[in-house]
Amino acid sequence: MNWTAVKSIYVFEMARFFRTIAQSFISPVLSTSLYFVVFGAAIGSRIQEVEGVTYAAFIVPGLIMLSVITQSISNASFGIYFPKFIGTIFELLSAPVNFLEIVMGYVGAAATKALFIGVIILATAFLFVDLQIQHPFAMVGFLVLTCISFSLMGFIIGIWAGNFEQLQLVPLLIVTPLVFLGGSFYSISMLPPVWQIISHFNPVVYLISGFRWSFFGAADVSIGVSLFAIAAFTALCLSVIWWIFKTGWRIRQ
Amino acid sequence: MPPIVEITALRKAYASGFEALKGVDLSIEEGEILALLGPNGAGKTTLISTVCGITTATSGTVRVAGHDTVEDFRAARSMIGLVPQEINLEPFERVKNTVRFSRGLFGKSPNPALIEKILRQLSLWDKRDSQIRELSGGMKRRVLIAKALSHEPRVLFLDEPTAGVDVELRRDMWEIVADLKRDGVTIILTTHYIEEAEAIADRIGVIAAGEILLVEDKDKLMSRMGKKELEVQLSEPISDIPASLVSDALRLKADGTALIYTYDTKSERTGITQLLSDVAAAGLVLRDVVTRQSSLEDIFVDLVSEGEAP
Repeated sequence: MNWTAVKSIYVFEMARFFRTIAQSFISPVLSTSLYFVVFGAAIGSRIQEVEGVTYAAFIVPGLIMLSVITQSISNASFGIYFPKFIGTIFELLSAPVNFLEIVMGYVGAAATKALFIGVIILATAFLFVDLQIQHPFAMVGFLVLTCISFSLMGFIIGIWAGNFEQLQLVPLLIVTPLVFLGGSFYSISMLPPVWQIISHFNPVVYLISGFRWSFFGAADVSIGVSLFAIAAFTALCLSVIWWIFKTGWRIRQ
Repeated sequence: MPPIVEITALRKAYASGFEALKGVDLSIEEGEILALLGPNGAGKTTLISTVCGITTATSGTVRVAGHDTVEDFRAARSMIGLVPQEINLEPFERVKNTVRFSRGLFGKSPNPALIEKILRQLSLWDKRDSQIRELSGGMKRRVLIAKALSHEPRVLFLDEPTAGVDVELRRDMWEIVADLKRDGVTIILTTHYIEEAEAIADRIGVIAAGEILLVEDKDKLMSRMGKKELEVQLSEPISDIPASLVSDALRLKADGTALIYTYDTKSERTGITQLLSDVAAAGLVLRDVVTRQSSLEDIFVDLVSEGEAP
């Protein structure tokens, strides 16, 4: 393993993040605060408790997941698309590094940034609602796994994208609906039976459910199924990336 | 000594069906400077990209110091530095960071003293904390060179290093290349400036339409250039050179309208006087006499046009 290369890519990518540190933090904090004001205070006060917790508290895990998933995908897809776009990718391709090292560097950095933002949102949430985390280790575990798996997916999108429009397309058309319909703002059990069944095909349901369990001890699906779903999703993304580098698809002519 | 870079039967066909390399064989000796000359679209960049791992070969092999560039890519690539033709740099990054990044990417431990030396050598030290977008085009090209040198390559590929560069920077570039050669670095540069190849190369390769047409010692090529040609145009075409005139230096133009005499301008006797009196004695009537000097450019143009002929 060329660990020096992994570290170099990671540090280089994190430097990009720290250059724009203010906007990286302000925008998620602001948007989350707005969600709390609108859904937590204004509307939430008229909604009864969900699964034994106040609505404002109930939406916290979903809100964190919403931001973390969006951030993971946009960070990772931009991180690898940008070198492709400006041509600096030649250096990666001609360096003595293999796909795993490139992925660890780029995805590691993208996941770290998303994790930062997840933590910031959690901290913001404490300002608005009274929260208790029942399984803190599981919470951290779910958060980290989500950051990594969706950064892997973002990496694939970044390699696939041929222009900036395509870079926005998948997050906009697929990921945002999946996340919104994944139970960020409601419990799956609140849906009509048909939609409950359909929801089980949405991988994000398992993530949000598992994450919510780590906060409140109650979940839509069992925790084992959640873990299995996220592990399977990570493995799928990794094998797609392995195939990309093996065949050189969209990166090596 | 085995060659440091050995390219064997290298072919590259793109998905579109275009064949950019049609079976290239090339051996590059350690420590030499090889200039690859060729018109645009000849396959120069494809050749370099394939050696460096940016494109994958359709067939054939490349070995760098004995390491196959596919099977043993780590060993092979860690010896190679590449300065691409396009200025591919991250605009918001700072000079020193991007150079440091390149070194790390090649798995080398940080070496601030070496980075400083390279940046000073390339007159970039004063700009080390500048963002790349603030630099001039020539400075950006220097940054690309600094990045390639940062990981101490033994083989350096320079793809059109002086394209669009002013005269002063071109001279600087040649000096840098000469310094690197003194340090034992093997250099392969592509160019379409013939004077550049003349100025710095040890050997010259000519590539056109995906094929290497010639690889020759520069001095041997230059000695060919020292020759002049005298064209003796005849008023009546002839089919054979008269027996009294036959010599190695004399040939008949294809259509029989002129005799072409090759001579060395540097020798004491050119033999022109003798030739002209012999021509008169053979009973041939002269229409006109033309002299011309063959240059590397002529050799190049001849080779390339032959290569392109169907």
